[in-house]
Amino acid sequence: MHNYKNIALSLVWIGFGLFLLLFFVGTYQLKPAHVASVIKDQANQELIDSKISKLYQKTYKFPAQLAGEYKAHIDQLNENFKQQEQWDQVIWTDYSLPLILQAYQGPIVQYPWLCILFSLGVMMLGALLFVFSTFGSKMAGIHHDKIFQKSISRGGWLGVILGSFLILFYMALYWQPVYLASWIVLLNPISKFFSGQPASQWFMYGFFYTIAVLVMGLRMQLKYKGNRYQQLRTSSVMFFQLIFAFLLPEILASFNQPWYDFKNIWPLDYDFFYAWNLNQLRSSGFMGIFILVWGLALIIVAIPIFTYFYGKRWYCSWVCGCGGLAETAGDPFRQLSNKSLKAWKIERWLINGVLVFAVVVTAFALVSYFNEHAFVKNYSASLQKWYGFFIGAAFSGVVGTGFYPLMGNRVWCRFGCPLAAILGIIQRFKSRFRITTNGGQCISCGNCSTYCEMGIDVRMYAQKGENIVRASCVGCGVCASVCPRGVLKLENNTEERFKTNKQT
Amino acid sequence: MKKVVIIGNGVAGITAARHIRKLSECDITIVSAESHYFYSRTALMYIYMGHMRFKDTKPYEDWFWKKNRINLVYDYVQATDFQDKKLQLLSGGALHYDVLILATGSKPRPYNCPGIDAEGVRSLYFLQDLDKIEQDTKKITRAAVVGGGLIGIELAEMLHSRGIGVDFLIREQSFWKNVLPAAESELVSRHIERNGIQLHRNTTLEEVNKDEKQRIKGILANGNEIPCEFLGITIGVTPNIGFLDGSAVQMNRGILVNEYLETNIEDVYAIGDCAEMAQPPENRKSIEAVWYTARMMGETVAHTICGRKKAYNPGVWFNSAKFFHLEYQTYGVVNSDVNEEQSLYWENDKGNKAIRVVFDQNHKILGFNAIGVRLRHEVAERWIKGGVSINEGILQFDVIQFDPEFYPALKPNLMNQLNKKVALTN
Repeated sequence: MHNYKNIALSLVWIGFGLFLLLFFVGTYQLKPAHVASVIKDQANQELIDSKISKLYQKTYKFPAQLAGEYKAHIDQLNENFKQQEQWDQVIWTDYSLPLILQAYQGPIVQYPWLCILFSLGVMMLGALLFVFSTFGSKMAGIHHDKIFQKSISRGGWLGVILGSFLILFYMALYWQPVYLASWIVLLNPISKFFSGQPASQWFMYGFFYTIAVLVMGLRMQLKYKGNRYQQLRTSSVMFFQLIFAFLLPEILASFNQPWYDFKNIWPLDYDFFYAWNLNQLRSSGFMGIFILVWGLALIIVAIPIFTYFYGKRWYCSWVCGCGGLAETAGDPFRQLSNKSLKAWKIERWLINGVLVFAVVVTAFALVSYFNEHAFVKNYSASLQKWYGFFIGAAFSGVVGTGFYPLMGNRVWCRFGCPLAAILGIIQRFKSRFRITTNGGQCISCGNCSTYCEMGIDVRMYAQKGENIVRASCVGCGVCASVCPRGVLKLENNTEERFKTNKQT
Repeated sequence: MKKVVIIGNGVAGITAARHIRKLSECDITIVSAESHYFYSRTALMYIYMGHMRFKDTKPYEDWFWKKNRINLVYDYVQATDFQDKKLQLLSGGALHYDVLILATGSKPRPYNCPGIDAEGVRSLYFLQDLDKIEQDTKKITRAAVVGGGLIGIELAEMLHSRGIGVDFLIREQSFWKNVLPAAESELVSRHIERNGIQLHRNTTLEEVNKDEKQRIKGILANGNEIPCEFLGITIGVTPNIGFLDGSAVQMNRGILVNEYLETNIEDVYAIGDCAEMAQPPENRKSIEAVWYTARMMGETVAHTICGRKKAYNPGVWFNSAKFFHLEYQTYGVVNSDVNEEQSLYWENDKGNKAIRVVFDQNHKILGFNAIGVRLRHEVAERWIKGGVSINEGILQFDVIQFDPEFYPALKPNLMNQLNKKVALTN
């Protein structure tokens, strides 16, 4: 087994190495045909074509260079229009990313499948082999040996490197996707297979995300063999990621329907009530109206009912995409969450603060949707911009996932997610869900607290024999799984929840 | 203000301190030479295996003690002066007390054979032992563990987790045979072997062989040479009361206490592993070196000290352990020499789940053993106290089963087993 593990690791590194290499290979040369195919607006097309004709001659090594020069030209153009107050002439749309994706020249377009196979394919093969050689032959049980002795899972230098890589990736994805041009081009064949369209940065992200959930989900299945709760809920998040978050939206898009993830709920889906979305839904026929009604029903019906009966886990660790990534790809880092009382205090302020922020942004969006008042409209637009930047991108993406190897796998879910805040309030005050502690069996070892991804000090309750009713608990059940004395159990029950079970 | 001094910052002493603080404004001081802060001894194995860091084993954050006005003194009590109510500390200082709680816990029972003083022979009990084991087991490939009890199997699992081959020597025919009935004991023994441990049954350690640097290079057991670079001695624990030798406090194996946990000296109490009940409650032993009894004694003595005199009443016996990947729980009376006529035993095909229910001649449930299955403590105690019948218990098994959601209900298997048994006896 040890040999297989080394081969597997080598494959992962080779695949990842090639993937990194592909980031740098290739050149970028813009052609009039690209402008014609990307820019459908006839007036803009001619305008831009004439303005950037100088760029056609040049070959660029880096996509950002080309994007920079393109933008400089467009800015110049726009500056003139603005000075002459010809507002309708200004080119508001940023075409730089699709243009640069077209301008790519290199092995990725010459041998697309070969490149995919040797980078992503080899990496996946290695990862699968690694997972099987690590857990395949293990007995049912808890497999946490050496977690705090390994740099990657201890928050050591390997963790810092991985975290930095993820942080850079997310920053590029949200704010400078043009840097990721070669990787986006890499996924063109796959995107075309699903929707007939070339890949966008969001397709690339969705694809990587889904692969991460599936491969690491399989790892979770093997790691927790014999543990039906862990296996079922992992199957559930794998299913919802693959079908609901990845395939269905692509299929919808290929039928010219709105791109929609049927399990994403406001306020996590923070732009659901934004004007552009409401307009799009209202103009998309039956499907648009169905999505509107579905989205509202999730908020008004599903959230209160399911959370009352099962706690927030029905969503956070069984359905949600963020939760899905955290429970699969994030599992190796769950022990890094902060358990201190101070962290709990910060958590309550932050997460409920974000909820208030989300509600305010949405309220403004709705008011401005029904009311054309310019002041409200401007105010709403800048609120949306700030929310998108700070919460939508920086918090949920850059911090939420980039900090997995440093602060644990639920940073966003614990400190930021406004939907988790709502579910948490219901769970805390009006739900049947609780974690029961088994009388006096607790030996205060601390496995439960250590492996709580939400940073709940489970032991504090368990050693007093108190049931655990906490807003943040996502019901992953790992505390119950790792308990060496069979003390903890997730339950939905009608009985009094805040009970002490200790026998003294 | 009454000054309470507690010697020992294990779970007994700490629980006492916490409850005294809850009930009173006493001045509380805890003396320990083992660690600055309370940590969970039960988690020592998880530190070595890399499941947890030392800081994760501390049940309370470091600010907790100051906030609750519990003084922690990192020192060793050298001598006690019960006349003047004074403790002599190793650092040179002295501590005055009005009330003294002895909560010094256990220490490993020593083993005697030629060569036992070799380098690389260790016990596992104190925090310091863990550091020494860590040093001794770096880069070694083979180790031996002597003593088939709960610490022994933990040490075997620890060494195994580092890829060290383990020879596990037990005196009995199978693991923990003096506590577990034969079937359970065999099941656990098979599980140990399945995990790749060399289990040496009916084996006694005779000699430790050293190399020229006085380091262990092997052992002699039942006349056979077993090469190893480390030897763990885990043949049990004994009350840690050496510092009281020659003092006026009455001792047998441990410090003798009555039901109020009072020693023979006024204002001196003893709780936890170091205390020996002069008259233990029914179906209980005079010394029970387990986590929860220490915790219960701590809570009980706190009430007495704060003027709400309370007798120690541990209730129905229960305990739990984990043998590699097998969880074990027990409630009530299940003796190793159980009468099979008055017991129902079921084991699954894989040999990783087992249930035993023991009952009396009137079919009233006396106790449970559960392996790989979790039982609800509250229900087990209620059934045993209330004399629920074996038939009723099996019919209601869904109520007592505490396994996670989606785990198979064991009631059908047990019903089957019960029917077979009834058919046999008819």
